[in-house]
Amino acid sequence: MSEYKISENLAVSESGFLFMANTGESFTVNETGKEIIELLKDEKSKEEIIAALMEKFEVDAETAERDFEEFISTLKDLKLVTKS
Amino acid sequence: MKVAITGLNNIDSPGPGVPVIRGIRDSGKFDGEIIGLIYDALEPGAYMPQVADRSYIIPYPSAGVNSFYERLSQIHSIENLDVIIPTLDAELFAFSKLAPSLEKLGIKTFLPTKEQLILRGKDKLLDFCKKNNINAPFNIVATSVNDLYKLPPTLQYPLVIKGIFYDAYVAHNFQEATSYFSKIAAKWGLPVIVQEFLQGEEYNVVALGDGSGTTIGAVASKKTYITEKGKGWAGVSIYDETLLSISKKIVEILNWRGGAEFEFVKRSDSGEFYLLEINPRFPAWVYLAVGAGQNLPYAALQLARGEKVEPFENYEVGKIFIRYSWDLIVDMKKFEEISVKGVIKND
Repeated sequence: MSEYKISENLAVSESGFLFMANTGESFTVNETGKEIIELLKDEKSKEEIIAALMEKFEVDAETAERDFEEFISTLKDLKLVTKS
Repeated sequence: MKVAITGLNNIDSPGPGVPVIRGIRDSGKFDGEIIGLIYDALEPGAYMPQVADRSYIIPYPSAGVNSFYERLSQIHSIENLDVIIPTLDAELFAFSKLAPSLEKLGIKTFLPTKEQLILRGKDKLLDFCKKNNINAPFNIVATSVNDLYKLPPTLQYPLVIKGIFYDAYVAHNFQEATSYFSKIAAKWGLPVIVQEFLQGEEYNVVALGDGSGTTIGAVASKKTYITEKGKGWAGVSIYDETLLSISKKIVEILNWRGGAEFEFVKRSDSGEFYLLEINPRFPAWVYLAVGAGQNLPYAALQLARGEKVEPFENYEVGKIFIRYSWDLIVDMKKFEEISVKGVIKND
C-alpha cells in the first residue's frame, strides 16, 4: 500500500502528458516521472517504487530514492498527490 | 424558420453571436436562415461565410426602446422572424421588456425576466450570494469617487474596480482606484463596484436554464490563454463537481431562463469557489460547450420555440478551444450595401 495517493482527477497519457480534469492544468513528465506516477497509481509502496526504478533505469538505491523524493515533493506542491 | 441573432462583433473582445450561430448550424437539425442584427456596419460576423444569411443594422437600445422596437418590427415585416436570440448584456433589459410585444408579432424569445436580470446585477450579487449561502467576494457599490475615501476596513488594496456592465481593473492603491473609477464611470456610468481582490485561479461555467429551475446543460472551463484585456483566447473543458453543483444551484434558485455564464475564482488559500459574476447570456466561448457535447445554443433555440428539451447529462472533459483572428477581404460594394441600405446579404 502506497503512502501517497494520486489525484483521481489526473489523467496520464502514454507519452507522459498529465491533465488535471478538475483544474485544466497540464504537465509533461519524463520517463522516470511517468514510471513513478504509474507505480503510484498501482498503489505500490515507496520501497517497491525505488526497487522498480533501480531495475528499470539501472541506478543505485541512493539515486533512485533521491529522484523519488524530489519528484514526490513536486507532485505534492502541484496538489497532484496527497498523503494517504 | 428564421432566427435573428445579435452580438456578431467578433473583435478582440468578441460577442457571443457567431459561436451561437455555429452551434445552431452544427446541430444538423436547422434548415432555416440566420438573420444577423448588428450595431456597427463593420461587425465581422455579418461578413463571415456560413454565419448570417443576411444582417441588418439596428439602433442601440440606449437610444430609446421605441425606435429599437420600430426597427425590429420593420425587419420583421421583411423577414418574418420566428425567434430572436440576443447575446449582449447591454441589450438584455430592452429585449426582456419588449418580449411580450415581440411575442404579439409572432417572434419568440427565451430570456431572463427583468427581475432575474436585476437580482444577478453586479450591484446586487453580494446580497444574493449572502442570502443563498454562496461564497462571493465582499464589495461596496460606489456612486461617487468620495466613496473611495471611506472604504470599510474589510476592503484593503489591491481592489477590483468594476463597471456595472463591463470592464474591471485591479487597483493597487488609492490613486489607481480613483483613476479607474473615473475611467469606468465615464464609459459605463454609475454605480461602480469596488470589490475585494481574491488570489486564486479563475473558472467559468456556461449554463442554460429552462426557466423553472432545471439546468438543461452546464459545461465548466478554465481559460488557458488570456489576453491583456483578460479575454480567454484558449480554454479547456474541465469537470469539478463543486463548481457545477454551485452553478446548478444558482439556476435553480433564480429559475434562470436562458443562457448564462458564471465566473468563479478558486481561492489559493482555502480552495473554495467564490462567485464573481453572473453574466445573463452565453459567453463568447460557448462553442466549447458545443464541441464538448452540449449544444446549448441549439437547445436554447428549441426552448424558445416551446419544444421540450431533455437535460444534458455529461460532456467531454479536456476539449480545447483556440480562438484566432482572420482577415477577410471584402469588396467595397458590401460595405456600401450595409451603409446605405442597412442590410447586407451574405454570398
